[in-house]
Amino acid sequence: MTRADAVEVAASPEAIAERLAASRYLADDSLATAIFLAIRLGKPLLLEGAPGVGKTEAAKAVAQLLGRELVRLQCYEGIDAGHALYEWNYQRQLLAIRHAGEHEIDIYDDRFLIARPLLQVLRAPEQRVLLVDEIDRSDHEFEALLLEFLSDFQISIPERGTIRAGLQPIVILTSNRTRELAEALRRRCVYHWIGYPNAQREAAIIMLRASDVAEATARAVANAVQEIRARPLAKPPGIAEAVEWANAATILEKGGSPWPEAFRRAVGVLIKDEEDLSAIAPELGRIVEEALGR
Amino acid sequence: MKRGESLPRPAMPFLGFARLLRRHAFAIAPEQITSFMQAVTLLGPRSMSDIREAALATLAPSPDRRGEFEAHFRAYFYGDAKPSIAGEEDDETRVKDDRGTREEENQVARQKKGGELSSALEQLSSRDFQRDADGLGRFRRRLASALPARRSFRTARTRSRGTLDLRRSLSEIVSADGDIPSPLLRRHQNVPRKLLLLIDVSGSMKLHTSDYLNLAHAAVQGAGRAEVFTFGTRLTRITSALRVRDREQALARAAALVDDWDGGTRMGPTLLAFLSVPRFSAFARGACVVILSDGLERGDHAELEIAMRRLSARAFRLSLATPLAGDPRFRPATSALRAILPLLDDLVDGSSIGSLTAFILSLARPAPAADSIWKRVS
Repeated sequence: MTRADAVEVAASPEAIAERLAASRYLADDSLATAIFLAIRLGKPLLLEGAPGVGKTEAAKAVAQLLGRELVRLQCYEGIDAGHALYEWNYQRQLLAIRHAGEHEIDIYDDRFLIARPLLQVLRAPEQRVLLVDEIDRSDHEFEALLLEFLSDFQISIPERGTIRAGLQPIVILTSNRTRELAEALRRRCVYHWIGYPNAQREAAIIMLRASDVAEATARAVANAVQEIRARPLAKPPGIAEAVEWANAATILEKGGSPWPEAFRRAVGVLIKDEEDLSAIAPELGRIVEEALGR
Repeated sequence: MKRGESLPRPAMPFLGFARLLRRHAFAIAPEQITSFMQAVTLLGPRSMSDIREAALATLAPSPDRRGEFEAHFRAYFYGDAKPSIAGEEDDETRVKDDRGTREEENQVARQKKGGELSSALEQLSSRDFQRDADGLGRFRRRLASALPARRSFRTARTRSRGTLDLRRSLSEIVSADGDIPSPLLRRHQNVPRKLLLLIDVSGSMKLHTSDYLNLAHAAVQGAGRAEVFTFGTRLTRITSALRVRDREQALARAAALVDDWDGGTRMGPTLLAFLSVPRFSAFARGACVVILSDGLERGDHAELEIAMRRLSARAFRLSLATPLAGDPRFRPATSALRAILPLLDDLVDGSSIGSLTAFILSLARPAPAADSIWKRVS
């Protein structure tokens, strides 16, 4: 897909939302606008939000909507250039030197270069979308390295020179906000904060993601989860957990447990913290009853 | 866009809005304003909400200040009355970051409690610091190497004991024309752990807070990664105020940030508030957490126990330094202290800077759990 095609796909925020829905991702207006702006302005898209609100899913859906392959770079503390940019295949280089004997050999040839995610995207920006996942887990040094990449879309390899992207690649960054990102990084990006959806949208998402779940169940789950999130929990359930809960309860119900009971028994996939579980347990029955009754 | 006049008239409001935000301590770069205008053009704009979405996406206000941002937006583009950004008065413990958040509110708080606060300020700034009279200079220099270390994912060059560094060895071979000199090695680095200081600034700790802040300043200056929070009835992050090198200036800035000097303590709820902010609680993970407090919790200590349990699960080492332990007759006898004692790694004397610095410098050395030490004593 060329640049012109990408622009065509991203004709308006509404067109984007429609296409995202076709690839089974429901985006609200402001997320669709942010994606639209990121594509049209040629800037990276920074998505922040609590765990489990669908940041990574959004990136996958964008890749699908553009018909490109998603290249994912998972960040962690201590990640460095060798994991993110490129690495030389030293074993092969040594072997090649041996084989060559008296002949001349270029050991910095393409076949000895292992491209890591950033370089992979740079080489074929029209075929790939880069996802830098959980950037808040990496350290400041890596953030600085990424900053250089994101501003110029180029990588310098000392042995080879500078590699530039033919056209600006589409880059999506996600963060759980476990630490504050550098202002410089936020500044360079189009920014969007993904919050929890309202009950109606969440029910629609559950229906879309878990096809076995009945509509009434999805709505009940969405209502109950909204109610649970309003409580001071250590780890409020995300959308992914809500989908799992609806799935699990449906399976249990098919296995023979009646409705409110099935929800109660499946709560382990929704709340995964012992303290939260014991805090919510006495009220869970009432919450589920109310959600089913509504 | 060198001068305002060369900008077309319809674009002026957008520039004006960005300037308004800047006046209210939002960090906005020139390039963000450019992309804001580009975004507005791209979107049409067909409605006011398009402009709002464009502003949100390009000017990127942090989620904590979203409400304030919206208020400014309404005031500017819809001409509402001046935004009154009053803090929601609720039961929940306030958490304040030191990034200019709730700036207006601070002003109010400062005026309200003018006398109290300024006396604290005075007390802090009028203290005459002689160079290193209290051993803090030495503490600062030794801290980075004295903190416990953990194995890092990154590697460093080394002369012995390590795995082969293929990258450097190969370039060596190439530059030596194919000869193989002695192979070069690399090894995983050891990096110091993070240090987290939680300082109680309530009335019962009045005598010690200024000492503790001095210590915190030295710690922030000395350790690569240290964070300092104060807590009383609220939680305040003062790390970046303490990054200022000059001690007096740093302490004056920190003192201005804290709103709850010499008030009551709500140790449990404030620590829970600390843990509920992901950014903060992530800092406690694998860190040396030192709480400087007398541990006198009013009322029920159930929340304190929960908070301590969560902290100790996250921290590498959880210590409580209490000034009360300076007295040889001290025993952890209050019900709150007894409840949290099994969760603590150390319960030590925090009555003087000397004993505290000695303790923090010894964090890397293993010590028996607080529980067993104090059982033996009592």
